[in-house]
Amino acid sequence: MSERAQQILSIADDELIVGWRDSEWTGIAPTLEEDVAFSSIAQNEIGHARALYELAAKELGTDADALAFDREPAEYRSAQLVELHLLDWAHTIARRYLYEEADRLRIEALTTSSDAELAGLAQKIDREEVYHRLHAELWAARLREEPRFCEAVEELWPYALGVVEPELRGELAKRVGLAEVAANERNGRSPEFAELWETMTEVRRSAPGAQW
Amino acid sequence: MVTAEQVWDALDEIADPEIPVISLVDLGVIRDVSVDGDTVHVEFTPTFLGCPALEVMKRSMEEKVSALGAHAEVEVVQDGSWSTDRITLAGREKLREAGFAPPAPRAAGTTTLVQLQSAVFRCPYCGSTDTTLENIFGPTPCRSIRWCQSCRQPFEQFKTI
Repeated sequence: MSERAQQILSIADDELIVGWRDSEWTGIAPTLEEDVAFSSIAQNEIGHARALYELAAKELGTDADALAFDREPAEYRSAQLVELHLLDWAHTIARRYLYEEADRLRIEALTTSSDAELAGLAQKIDREEVYHRLHAELWAARLREEPRFCEAVEELWPYALGVVEPELRGELAKRVGLAEVAANERNGRSPEFAELWETMTEVRRSAPGAQW
Repeated sequence: MVTAEQVWDALDEIADPEIPVISLVDLGVIRDVSVDGDTVHVEFTPTFLGCPALEVMKRSMEEKVSALGAHAEVEVVQDGSWSTDRITLAGREKLREAGFAPPAPRAAGTTTLVQLQSAVFRCPYCGSTDTTLENIFGPTPCRSIRWCQSCRQPFEQFKTI
């Protein structure tokens, strides 16, 4: 697989999985506003995943659904940060905040890519992400002094570093205001991924080759 | 042979599946139409990438072109070319009449929270600018929820992107 396809799939997998994890708050978020926000963000992230999978699929001769749902767990390239099954709000907000900071860096870098198709898509994604960043920044500002939130950010920080390529990690550390540490790399699936994959692909696996 | 103008007119009859008061042409998602014999090439650029109405829109365009006796090739262009500034003046007026506040023009740089909390957003019902941001997110990806202090009701605000 080309380096380009691998790069696109890494971002697409992150967006699909983070969208999946965010959607787990639909119906059970602490307030109705956050219920709407998380559902809407999840929809956007999965939309970004779809567009990125379509781009990769053109090169790989397949389609977006096959890339999203028909691969074996070991073939996914998602970062461990998005795979974690987080059950409390402090960690959930810490992940949203850290993921948006990391995602912003790599998407901004892609907007000036010499690959016109990828740069164009990155520009479109970047525009939509503005609203996710505002949401994350609001929460981060509100919880900045809360020990539970600070502990969650620190705990997830090595995972956040694993979202971006090594050359962007120094800049990410600067923006978040934390020291660079050893990253949890995306080359291994987190223990929680197996269960997520089982659920996420269940319907497709129940009727291989069906047209929906 | 069908002309590009006939195609534009036909596409203007397609209502947005989620906000049926506005047509796809008014929404600015049709970027270009070109005719080559019996084939009509339509460049279509979606609003939000996660919009579930994309397939419906695509199918509606193909049906409209078929009805003109031609074959449609709809090319989906996923780049940064669509922004809410592409919504036509007529489209903005139709949105307002239907109770959706049209998007604010894009400013230089990215949208900030300060802008969203400022008083440039007008209530589509009473015209007051005494409105506050309730939720950045709303019932679809393209809308936020605001509250009008003057007529005391919530309204949907098109996000600027």
